[in-house]
Amino acid sequence: MRIGSPKEVMPREARVAMTPESALQLQKLGHECFIEGGAGALAGFSDTDYQAVGVTVVDSAKKLFDSADVVAKVRPPSDTELKRMKQGQTLVSFFDPAGNKPLLDLANGRRANVIAMEMVPRISRAQKMDALSSMANIAGYRAVIEAGNNFGRFFTGQVTAAGKVPPAKVLVVGAGVAGLAAIGTAQSLGAVVRAFDVRPEVAEQIESMGAEFLFLEFDDNQDGASTGGYAAPSSPEFREKQLALFMEQAPEVDILVTTALIPNREAPELWTKEMVAAMKSGSVIVDLAAEKGGNCKLTVADEKIVTDNGVTIIGYTDFPSRMAAQSSTLYATNIRHMITDLTPNKDGEIVHDMEDDVIRSSTVTFSGEITYPPPPLKVQAIASTPAPRAPEKSPEEKAEEQAAAMAKAGRQQTQLLVLGAIFMGLIGVYAPADFMQHFIVFVLAVFVGFQVIWGVAHSLHTPLMAITNAISGIIIVGALLQLDVQNSLAQILAGVSVLIATINIVGGFMVTRRMLQMFQKS
Amino acid sequence: MTIGLQTAAYLVATVLFILALGGLSNQEKAKRAVWYGIIGMAIAVVATIADSNVTISQLLIGAVLIGTAIGAVVAVRVEMTGMPQLVAALHSFVGLAAVFIGINSDLEPPELATNAHRIIHEVEVFLGVFIGAITFTGSIVAYGKLAGKLGGKALILPGRHLWNILMVSASLVLMFMYMNHAGSWTLYMMTILAMVIGAHLVLAIGGADMPVVVSMLNSYSGWAAAATGFLLGNDLLIVTGALVGSSGAILSYIMCRAMNRQFLSVILGGFGDASGPAMDIEGEQIAIDVDGVGAVLDDADSVIIVPGYGMAVAQAQQSVSELTRRLRAKGKEVRFAIHPVAGRLPGHMNVLLAEAKVPYDIVLEMDEVNEDFASTDVVIVIGSNDIVNPAAQEDPNSPIAGMPVLEVWNANQVIVSKRGQGTGYSGIENPLFYKENTRMFYGDAKASLDQLLTQIS
Repeated sequence: MRIGSPKEVMPREARVAMTPESALQLQKLGHECFIEGGAGALAGFSDTDYQAVGVTVVDSAKKLFDSADVVAKVRPPSDTELKRMKQGQTLVSFFDPAGNKPLLDLANGRRANVIAMEMVPRISRAQKMDALSSMANIAGYRAVIEAGNNFGRFFTGQVTAAGKVPPAKVLVVGAGVAGLAAIGTAQSLGAVVRAFDVRPEVAEQIESMGAEFLFLEFDDNQDGASTGGYAAPSSPEFREKQLALFMEQAPEVDILVTTALIPNREAPELWTKEMVAAMKSGSVIVDLAAEKGGNCKLTVADEKIVTDNGVTIIGYTDFPSRMAAQSSTLYATNIRHMITDLTPNKDGEIVHDMEDDVIRSSTVTFSGEITYPPPPLKVQAIASTPAPRAPEKSPEEKAEEQAAAMAKAGRQQTQLLVLGAIFMGLIGVYAPADFMQHFIVFVLAVFVGFQVIWGVAHSLHTPLMAITNAISGIIIVGALLQLDVQNSLAQILAGVSVLIATINIVGGFMVTRRMLQMFQKS
Repeated sequence: MTIGLQTAAYLVATVLFILALGGLSNQEKAKRAVWYGIIGMAIAVVATIADSNVTISQLLIGAVLIGTAIGAVVAVRVEMTGMPQLVAALHSFVGLAAVFIGINSDLEPPELATNAHRIIHEVEVFLGVFIGAITFTGSIVAYGKLAGKLGGKALILPGRHLWNILMVSASLVLMFMYMNHAGSWTLYMMTILAMVIGAHLVLAIGGADMPVVVSMLNSYSGWAAAATGFLLGNDLLIVTGALVGSSGAILSYIMCRAMNRQFLSVILGGFGDASGPAMDIEGEQIAIDVDGVGAVLDDADSVIIVPGYGMAVAQAQQSVSELTRRLRAKGKEVRFAIHPVAGRLPGHMNVLLAEAKVPYDIVLEMDEVNEDFASTDVVIVIGSNDIVNPAAQEDPNSPIAGMPVLEVWNANQVIVSKRGQGTGYSGIENPLFYKENTRMFYGDAKASLDQLLTQIS
């Protein structure tokens, strides 16, 4: 099939959906690759780079749409672009199917098949095509870099000859992919990082990145796993507590990165005007939710503003595009993986398998039908909730249980002893005295055996078996005593017994010695 | 030699045997412990020969010399991987000797003071022969299975429990007939029955349960010796037999606990019945090649190696040892994790690794190392399957549910060296192979490791 990527039409969009490297991989799948002239220029890929790996460069977007069977893009298509689509053509791109119904209808009207990259389900198998995550990763990184660019101090604390510099305090709100990337970046620059999220289960991830998790005492903590790893709207009581916590943090924080987004809703307001007013002059806020209205209401999308008290608020929405070389590489790889899944036989033929969970979920229009929203996944998005743990037992309960178990064991032991005593008594009544003497020896030997063997090291179990084997050759003593009988059959049997018992003794001891000599310390 | 002196010699021998067993509590003491055992045995044999009732005949000298020669040759020749077979074969000798001694005692009955003495003597003869015969054929079948001469699969006859019960009851009936002077044929009949029971019992046990079987037969051989001791009124035999018997019983118990199985259900054969369908396994097995493994090991700081029966089969212990040596030379932390039932004999892996000169202080038990997997970079699983199967913890319907396993999947990366995609000895699918952090390194363990060694210098 022919796969083509046009130049992005959105102003200031520098990314491109196909890189020379991804084109090379696509060609290995049996596809032909096309690119619009200059499409990769802003991301640092020249037309000659593409030509060098065998990509055909076409001079206009129209020609590209005409010649390609599959169009790969970054941003959702414009109306003009969509109108160039024809029946049966496939578009792979971000699409925003939830927020852009008219676009969806238009695409469906053209009877084009659309795969929306933001609809890739968050399951392990699909991670390699999860463009939202790869872009969020870049956004998180860039957010901290932008903040540093607008922050007048070091991130790391230093004690220099010219005086002591305190470390910057960074607060990250929302520990999704972007949040975690921001934590990691700020941490590696040397800042003191704290992070907050409404999902208590991410505390571990936050701490694994080296940040401190701001814990909010609340009973009704929600479980993010049920909503595909995103946070759901929270209750008013919870919000109140959360705002109080932030109000406490505001005067201390030098850099704030907010990343809180709820799918298909306006971004929740987390950082109020009062909090901004409480911040120190020179502090920086980077609002990664600016596109959806911002987590701080003072944020202006796509702009950087400075408030009256000297707080810089950055509301850029194009962080990935600001690192076009990196983001294009990652995005093109996501696209390439998607197309790999669409080409199961690696023969250059696209098979749009609507039975496949990942492809089904990401497809929003197919063969003249709108297939959004997708049905629930056959497999759980994220590991299903762990089984409810048994309530922790109080120390008293534990002690009680222990006592009960002890008492039970004690009763059992008593019963056994009584039974044993009765059994012994019965034998004692009937058996002659010399038998009883042997019996005492036997029982004592069993006890000694139990005590001694428990102490044997696990690693020496094989030598133990070999040596007990040798020792059980003691049966030779019995055979020896029978050698002198008159009956010739008995004599032969006794002779054979001596022979095989000797094999046992000699073989057993020698093998044990051989084994034990091998054990050595480093 | 007087009775008093002989008894004193037996007492010394007994104490030495106890010291020999107790000395196995650690590797350094163990080497001395074997000498205690050897000296004890020498004292016991000499004291018996010095008995006024024993004449030093050609038969005696001949039997001892030939036996010594055979024993020495076998002990020197045996491969460490062939240890389980050897142990099983030696058990059968003890069983056979016990049978012969019992029959002899019937052929030449001692003079008995009272009727009670006679009854006890007859019961002793019967018991000694019964246990001896079971040990004999059971060990031979176990030897056949371990040496690969018989199939490893469990032989499950229809109504096998009923057969066992019938044969045991028939033996009991024969015992009562014997005690009522029905003649020696009852004893021989019972011997044959007991041999069938022994063979049948072990035939019904699958290959994965072999560690239990071998230690159980070890125990039986001890009880057979003890029964012979009662028969002959010899305290040395009784004590030694009891020591060996209880040692084998404890080993069997430890093995059963390590597999979360009931002792009875192992002995009576047949695998625990699963109560529902096994969990479906998501994902696919991802293969890795030699270069990949080399790179992974290059990046790792801490490595844990989990060996299993597959390592023994492929004779890969030397290669494993060399790999360990090279990784350690590069400053990486290398340790071994040994599951109690890895291999076909309790402690089998330890012996193989020791043979390959892996220092024993980096070879750890399951309980010592299970917590550490989470902080380990790479785990290399070589030829083990069930003992690293997460289904034991995750799937309540799995036949091995509840069995303690090595939690290798908690490590950053798991590399599984395995011959093919098949299931293990127990025939259970292993979800570990499908986990995201697992890579399958297909091929014969020795061949793959030797290839890997060319990557790591």
